[in-house]
Amino acid sequence: MALTGVEIFKLLPKTNCKKCGFPTCLAFAMKLAQRQASLDLCPDVSEEARQKLGEASAPPVRPITLGTGESAVKMGEETVLFRHDKKFVNPCVFALGIKDTLSSEEIEKKIDEVRNSVIDRVGQKLKIDAIALLNDSGSPEKFGNLAKILSEKAPEIPVILCTTNLSAAETSAKLYADRKPVIYGANSENFEEMSKIAKNYRATLGIAASSSGGLNELSELTEKVKKLGIEDMVIDSGARKAKEILEHNTLIRRAAIKKNFKPLGYPIITFAQREDNLLETLVAALGITKYSSIIVLSSIERWKNLALFTLRQNIYTDPQVPMQVEQKIYKIGEPTEESPLLITTNFSLTYFIVSGEVENSKVASYLAVMDCEGLSVLTAWAAGKFTASKIAQFIKESGIEGSIKHRELIIPGYVAILSGSIEDKLEGWKVTVGPREANGIPAFMKSRMK
Amino acid sequence: MAFIPPKETYPGRVYSVSIGTGQKEITVGGENVLSFHSFEGTVPNRPLIAHEIQDVPPTDWPESVQKPYIDVYANPVSWAKYCQDVLNAKAIALRLIGTHPDRENRSAEEAARTVKEVVDSIDIPLIILGSNHTEKDSSVLIAAAEASKDRNCIIGKAQEANYKTIAAAAVANNHKLIAMSELDINLSKQLNILITQMGFDKEKIIIDPMCSALGYGLEYTYSVMERIRLAGLAQNDPTMQQPIMGDVGMYVWKVKETIADEKDVPLWGNTEERGITWEAVTAISMLIAGAEILIMRHPKAIEAIEKMIDELM
Ligand code: SF4
Repeated sequence: MALTGVEIFKLLPKTNCKKCGFPTCLAFAMKLAQRQASLDLCPDVSEEARQKLGEASAPPVRPITLGTGESAVKMGEETVLFRHDKKFVNPCVFALGIKDTLSSEEIEKKIDEVRNSVIDRVGQKLKIDAIALLNDSGSPEKFGNLAKILSEKAPEIPVILCTTNLSAAETSAKLYADRKPVIYGANSENFEEMSKIAKNYRATLGIAASSSGGLNELSELTEKVKKLGIEDMVIDSGARKAKEILEHNTLIRRAAIKKNFKPLGYPIITFAQREDNLLETLVAALGITKYSSIIVLSSIERWKNLALFTLRQNIYTDPQVPMQVEQKIYKIGEPTEESPLLITTNFSLTYFIVSGEVENSKVASYLAVMDCEGLSVLTAWAAGKFTASKIAQFIKESGIEGSIKHRELIIPGYVAILSGSIEDKLEGWKVTVGPREANGIPAFMKSRMK
Repeated sequence: MAFIPPKETYPGRVYSVSIGTGQKEITVGGENVLSFHSFEGTVPNRPLIAHEIQDVPPTDWPESVQKPYIDVYANPVSWAKYCQDVLNAKAIALRLIGTHPDRENRSAEEAARTVKEVVDSIDIPLIILGSNHTEKDSSVLIAAAEASKDRNCIIGKAQEANYKTIAAAAVANNHKLIAMSELDINLSKQLNILITQMGFDKEKIIIDPMCSALGYGLEYTYSVMERIRLAGLAQNDPTMQQPIMGDVGMYVWKVKETIADEKDVPLWGNTEERGITWEAVTAISMLIAGAEILIMRHPKAIEAIEKMIDELM
């Protein structure tokens, strides 16, 4: 259970010495309770208190790293249930499932697909992060062979070794020793041996409850495994149907965060594979929005990746920082020196909507996006950040005058009032007032063409 | 440590709202938990997906989503019947986009005629949407509401600038009303209060907090919907307990990702599948965030969403 501020206070030295940077021990205790400070700040805390508090102040969802080196991915560390409360921390991992029944050529093709999955979107490189090896054959040799091919041909890609077979787990884990794989498949029958293997090769252990045992069985299993000295785990309640995934993931996240229930305070692995590819995509979308940390997919077509990457990016953005885009002159289509020049602010939603509508107008254009600290046009104008002199200065310094022949600037209808003063400050320029709402842009552009 | 499922019960409940008439009448809402959380409360009704059609041919829709309707879209009646009879649509959303002054600029009378023809040719519920031109919508939706009198439709969208006339038309003709605001829970609440202050029944409102497409502000809509739902359930706020609507298709089928040809963006994969997926993923996100009614375009995206709802119910 999470400790309250007062409970924590009782464990502190109560000298109010301020060395922690807070005025009193109580103030510090309150911050600790809200997980906004670390216990290390108090140099005088007793060993006993440290132990008690350590347990309680550990992050509710254990941080786990999958893989090593540049392609390592962090999971867990989540602190909230709803993204409007606070940013979701570590975006979920997408893993392509590869069956050990495939031929070497087919396996290599899949590796290429994973490697070529990188897509650039709003400045972020997005990709399929990992491979899940699936022991469909049931044979330890085949599984070992798959692990061998992967560890040789794609040593950089993090892996999840999915097998309940001990010798298959042992052989593959050995190949990935110290490379932080997940060995997934510790169940109520094999968990003791599996724990040994995970310990030997310093791997994360994936705990699999049976679908009938659910969250009860899962909690018992993680506690038993923890007693065997394993700290790093990822968990699977056995949920496969969307309804159960939603229920179990929600209960796991709530138990971890609201009750600080340690046995379920681990990243969740979700198997989304379906015959129906579009349905699989939707189950993966459920995992993204509702708390999965690893999502295993059966295929990674580009259209599917693009949609899933984008959803993950959307859900994991920081709700408290207004999303901003970079200040610059964006080209829409292939503008020439005759193309129109429009201006707007750098609130990302404003940018997306305006650039989308300019694109819809099918008139190649320049869109000048001005840094207004992520505010929309009206708010930025009201806050004095979208003013005639700032606009004039931005246009001058942007260098756009070298790319266009004309000197006409189209401004948003909401700031029509600025047109005169911009003309005063931008010598030789003409200001045209555009539509108030972005959806008026296509018609506006069309009427200009006539 | 024994595991005790940390279930949540809430004091609030989403209003049950029925639309349509007769055998095909449909009820949405009524749950006292977050979307699909039937493990801790009751979820009596499934979300409703309405097929979007228009009063004029959808020349502004990308090719992938025009194609399925190419034989029927010249006439809104055949389009509506195709959705109902062939695609098994559970509801139709008729958008009177042709009334927009920058489009065909059809008159309110012409629009009303279309509404009458469509409503007379189907027996499933109808949602009637204006062109989102606040001034024109006032007159168009009054005429449309009269033309579909007593068929228990949803009409909209009423916005701050025009809610009075549209709400009055909804009352006079026994319709439900969409109250639309722009991505802000407080604006949404305020509009609901203004509308109910006119004497409009708060249980006949549908909230549209403004949809956005995947990749284009989806997270804003997502969080506003979640917050509205939590306000209604956890804080038992009677002004935030109406079913929520997501106008998905209109926002999705104008973004690059649903339009760009694979030849131009080989890294994005097949154009058609990408578009369908974009609409379906946007739609499922809205349902998970709290929407009870979605307006969608592509039959394959709708089919996938219905299957996913089956799995979630
Ligand atoms: S450093 Fe420790 S003892 Fe000193 S005020 Fe802070 S909490 Fe209290």
